[in-house]
Amino acid sequence: MNDTRTPRARIEPWNDPAASAYVRVEGIAKSFGAQVAVANVDLAIHKGEFFSLLGPSGCGKTTLLRMLAGFETPDAGRILIDGADMTGVPPHRRPVNMMFQSYALFPHMTVEQNIAFGLRQDGAPKAEIADRVAEMLALVKLDGFGRRKPHQLSGGQRQRVALARALVKKPKLLLLDEPLGALDRRLREHTQFELVNIQERLGITFIIVTHDQEEAMTMSSRMAVMEHGAIRQVGTPAEVYERPASRFVAEFLGDANIIEGRVTSSANGRLQIAAEAAGCTIAVDGDGLAAGAPCAVAFRPEKLTLAKDQPADTSSNAVAGTVFDIAYLGDMSVYHVRTDAGATLRVAAANSQRMIERPITWDDRVWVTWAPGAGVVLDR
Amino acid sequence: MNTSWGKRLVIAAPYLWLGLFFLIPFLIVLKLSFAEVVLARPPYTPLIEWLNAAGQFAPKLRVNFANYLLLLSDDLYIRSFLISLRIAFFATLIALAVGYPLAYAMARAPESWRAILVMLVILPFWTSFLIRVYAWIGILKNEGLLNAALMAVGIISKPLVIMNTDWAVYIGIVYSYLPFMVLPLYAALEKQDPSLLEAAADLGAPPWKAFWTVTVPLSLPGIVAGSLLVFIPAVGEFVIPDILGGSGTLMIGKTLWAEFFNNRDWPLASAIAVVLLVVLVVPIVWFQRQQAARAVEDGR
Repeated sequence: MNDTRTPRARIEPWNDPAASAYVRVEGIAKSFGAQVAVANVDLAIHKGEFFSLLGPSGCGKTTLLRMLAGFETPDAGRILIDGADMTGVPPHRRPVNMMFQSYALFPHMTVEQNIAFGLRQDGAPKAEIADRVAEMLALVKLDGFGRRKPHQLSGGQRQRVALARALVKKPKLLLLDEPLGALDRRLREHTQFELVNIQERLGITFIIVTHDQEEAMTMSSRMAVMEHGAIRQVGTPAEVYERPASRFVAEFLGDANIIEGRVTSSANGRLQIAAEAAGCTIAVDGDGLAAGAPCAVAFRPEKLTLAKDQPADTSSNAVAGTVFDIAYLGDMSVYHVRTDAGATLRVAAANSQRMIERPITWDDRVWVTWAPGAGVVLDR
Repeated sequence: MNTSWGKRLVIAAPYLWLGLFFLIPFLIVLKLSFAEVVLARPPYTPLIEWLNAAGQFAPKLRVNFANYLLLLSDDLYIRSFLISLRIAFFATLIALAVGYPLAYAMARAPESWRAILVMLVILPFWTSFLIRVYAWIGILKNEGLLNAALMAVGIISKPLVIMNTDWAVYIGIVYSYLPFMVLPLYAALEKQDPSLLEAAADLGAPPWKAFWTVTVPLSLPGIVAGSLLVFIPAVGEFVIPDILGGSGTLMIGKTLWAEFFNNRDWPLASAIAVVLLVVLVVPIVWFQRQQAARAVEDGR
């Protein structure tokens, strides 16, 4: 990301109908007893992608990853990697390596021996192993740490050993299970960029499991949001954030105000919605819904604006209310506004000016307004 | 003051125990080993004679090395030592070969089962050791359960002679000491992170290779502890060779018993006991050194 010398080409193979997927998940399902972990999942991931599986804990993302690695056998469906059917292929014969959440470094081996383990299984010549291990140590910036044991390293160093060990065999696919979960915040942010750099340099396809939306948004080329074992939406971080397909996705990824209403008219790609609960009418981009149909509109808090004065046009996309809470986050503040009809809206405003005295404060009468493009009509 | 006394007492308790029930008895045995056998009660000469023949006070130290020299010169004793070490060594190997899969299966069993399985391993201790060894006679003798079963199935046509041979001694030792092998192995295997084996598989190691390169090295402390716990008591074992072994099974524990009770040669028996202790202390010290070195290396 910080490499600005060469402009990066926009590679979007998922938009190219001629491109064939590198990793193909077809109708995969897995249950543990009565517990459905993954239900009929289809995915197509392209070569060189940095793909995130994002979801709350228990949504089946880790089970899906473990099926890609071969540690779990799917009940139904199949997985193809580079055209080869992985059904019945044990983990040690798959062209896939995994970075474990616990790192799973071998405690009785040195850093070098840990990294060399995979190459040694292939019977690579000693000199080649030594070269590759040195190369990997340099890649993860751990030169000089080769003779240490894992317990002599910090958490961040262990994480990099785990990465080096998983990359040393140049796998077709690298699976990362919550790779940054054990790191503190600053180190995590730094490591996110490092991971992306390494991924771009090596061109290896990464599939990462995470519950941290920020992590997924920062690193991914595309992401799949999962819930209850099913994939709810697949897309680039911007697509998923700006056009969430469902209420779950809108609320899981970032913050969202969801206003329920009823369509009153639909014309020229513009819907008019009466939202009685919020006490306003909404004009929003969209079509396909007939007049009278119930619907929900999601607004990101930063797409709403707050004003003390009544706007010129209050017929739509404006609602009056009272500020009842303010969360000051430093870079921005989130205002909780109760509309006169009783609904609660969260409005985020960047604190672009230094703000010791607030222009808008508790119990102020305010108007919340937004542009017609700000809201997203949710399918479900 | 009170707490400090209480603390001292707690710290002193194990030392007092060791002093009272190990060190003092050992010193008595050591003293005995330097005495001469006499037909008297007690059947040995005192180490220090306080009075001379004329009844005057004239302390005189009488140290007799003849018992130790006899141990070296009479090959009966050297042979018993060597046979004991050999039997203990192979019994330990067999116990390891039997115990490792057992401990492994226990450690991989569902978590709710493990406590029950550990209980089952300990369960035999609820019956007297002596009775369990005696019970093996009923199984191993010529017209015993084992031979009857094998003949009924038709594997053999005439009974196998197991009782009163080294085989019976091996069976007895492995049976009796197996829990001491299984429990430390189980403890070492149970705490192993299963994701390590997954990592090994992920990096291309087939299951058997993952076992040899990850599971076994990581369970080494359990292997060493279990082996010492079997080997050390097996070397000095007296009951099992006496009950199950034949007259040809010459183990040092049996020899010691014979010297003590049959020959009433307390000094010689004591000398055997001292040598036995020294022979066994060497591997224990070696083991502790290993453990300490490992701890230093791992920075614990």
